[in-house]
Amino acid sequence: MTIHVPRIHTVGEKALMAAFEAARPVLPGNAAIGAKRDAALALLRADGLPSRKIEEWHYTDLRTLLRGLPEAGKIEGANPLVKNAIVAATDDEGVVHLSQMHGVSIASMAPAFASGTAEDLMRIDSHSDSVGLISTALAATGFEINVAESVEAAAPIQMNFASQTSLHAINRVTIGAKSKATIIERTHGGGLSSVITDLTVDDDADATFVILQELADDATHMARLTINIGKNAKVMLVVINTGAGLARREIDVTLNGEHTDFRIRGMNLLSGERFNDVTMVVRHIVEHTSSTEFFRNVVTGQGRGVFQGQIRVAAEAQKTDAKMACNTLLLSDSGEFLAKPELEIFADDVACGHGATVTEINKDHLFYLMARGIAADEARALLVRAFVSELVDEIDDEALHDALLDRLAKWLATH
Amino acid sequence: MLEIKNLHARIADDGTEIIRGLNLRVQPGEVAAIMGPNGSGKSTLSYIIAGREDYEVTEGDILYNGESILGMDVAERAASGIFLAFQYPMEIPGVATMEFLKVSINSQRKARGLEPLKTPDFIRAVKENAAKLNIKMDMLKRPLNVGFSGGEKKRAEILQMTLLSPSLCVMDETDSGLDIDALKIVADGVNALRGGDRAFLMITHYQRLLDYIVPDTVHVLYKGQIIKTGGKDLALHLENNGYADVIEEAA
Repeated sequence: MTIHVPRIHTVGEKALMAAFEAARPVLPGNAAIGAKRDAALALLRADGLPSRKIEEWHYTDLRTLLRGLPEAGKIEGANPLVKNAIVAATDDEGVVHLSQMHGVSIASMAPAFASGTAEDLMRIDSHSDSVGLISTALAATGFEINVAESVEAAAPIQMNFASQTSLHAINRVTIGAKSKATIIERTHGGGLSSVITDLTVDDDADATFVILQELADDATHMARLTINIGKNAKVMLVVINTGAGLARREIDVTLNGEHTDFRIRGMNLLSGERFNDVTMVVRHIVEHTSSTEFFRNVVTGQGRGVFQGQIRVAAEAQKTDAKMACNTLLLSDSGEFLAKPELEIFADDVACGHGATVTEINKDHLFYLMARGIAADEARALLVRAFVSELVDEIDDEALHDALLDRLAKWLATH
Repeated sequence: MLEIKNLHARIADDGTEIIRGLNLRVQPGEVAAIMGPNGSGKSTLSYIIAGREDYEVTEGDILYNGESILGMDVAERAASGIFLAFQYPMEIPGVATMEFLKVSINSQRKARGLEPLKTPDFIRAVKENAAKLNIKMDMLKRPLNVGFSGGEKKRAEILQMTLLSPSLCVMDETDSGLDIDALKIVADGVNALRGGDRAFLMITHYQRLLDYIVPDTVHVLYKGQIIKTGGKDLALHLENNGYADVIEEAA
């Protein structure tokens, strides 16, 4: 016999439920999608938000951390990260701008809500899947981007998410076989936002996916990127998190085809009292695939960071070559970074490794720079910039490289 | 140029005294060699002159152009014209060599109240001097000292020294790790900078370097003190007889 004790909800849970209920009548979607939203609300009401007792949320006690819904933030225009980028933009009210490019179709998610075909993007994977839950309950906008087969996209395609109070987007991006494209996911503004993207990279394709999250320091952001990669493909994911007071970013990657290479280069810059969680799983399920997952974190003030990274190698995935590293530069005594790198290997002929470090600025390096006349503050800034920019240096596209470096430098100069 | 008076210094962390009442004068334009057995405090002396925080001066003073530098930090000393050529130059990943050179030159110019060097002038200066030291521009496109061979690192140090045009050059075991060809290139680079008031403090374990960079004075450092001072012949004497008799004589 089970005894049901009514749950006592936290302020954050109550605010979230009220937001779900208020939004429900005006949210898009057919009956099936409506049912999913109702189920999300029911789940939140029954189970609440996950606390540290749930393993996936052990370092990010969402129940305690989400104290309410954040204030509205200011939003900028739909600014392209690189000059020539093709921009698709949305704000709280829905898609505001679409562009077209040869060989690429860029569309609003609105018809997919109406017809119900957006349903598979609205997944709640478990009782503690708060990212899926918040997105499913509130998703109201997003893009469907399809790069056709054998197309080399002439310019980067940027999805722009300008969140004022509440922006919840679901996106489906497909890079066709033998194609080459760069996709940018840029989020700025404030409030509560979520961005869920399903990315499919077909055989022999070469894809670069860039996430730039520059929300206000008091914003709350929930995000998930799911990537499925075919055979003989090359995918590079660049993740830069410089904003949001509370952010959880989930990355779930499956290498489905042989001779595929996947890279993540992630940079988390934490200041003030911001909390940032990156939770990643990379799945090697066939033979002869490789991946590298490198993260660099800079923590100042009372910033707190979490990295949970898992590489899973299935029994069939012989000759997997995977390497993960999470390096943190801790610049203050009151900052914190928790790293939990994990390997789960069932194959016996693989080369896998992981490592995590937390360090201060290297005093020998600082001495060397100062011995050349560079003042202490400037020498420190140079070293911090060097620490993160090393990952950006792997980006071949010069305009994109320079633009990201510029965003990092701007943050470092002001924090 | 440089006057060290009764200097006592210790390692800040554990209090081990390394320099124990050291006295030394280097005149403008002089090339002074500091020689001594391992562990005598040679490298420590170079670090203390440069202002490294790992060491604590407990007594005495270091005067540079008549003024104490003990209150100045590392960057201020460098900007005032003191250059330390490292025994083991640091590899700094992520810092582009050209950017580093530009920032360091302009930091020093700023500290001296000069306008920053214009980019074309900067590039011209680097190209000219790099060619003289047999440094290829490709090498300068790499991150600072990363992947440089021992010889390349030392040549890069001399390039920095040339570009920064210091008035006191402290050279810490510049010959270590160099083959004879590399040693000649480095020595030519140093000799080209000799002249006028620029002074050199050459710290070395072996006499070999002094065949190529002939010193005006030679000082023997032992247990944190200068125990003997002489001309260039003293270096030859040490090369032939070792340090034993000089140490015995001082004792």
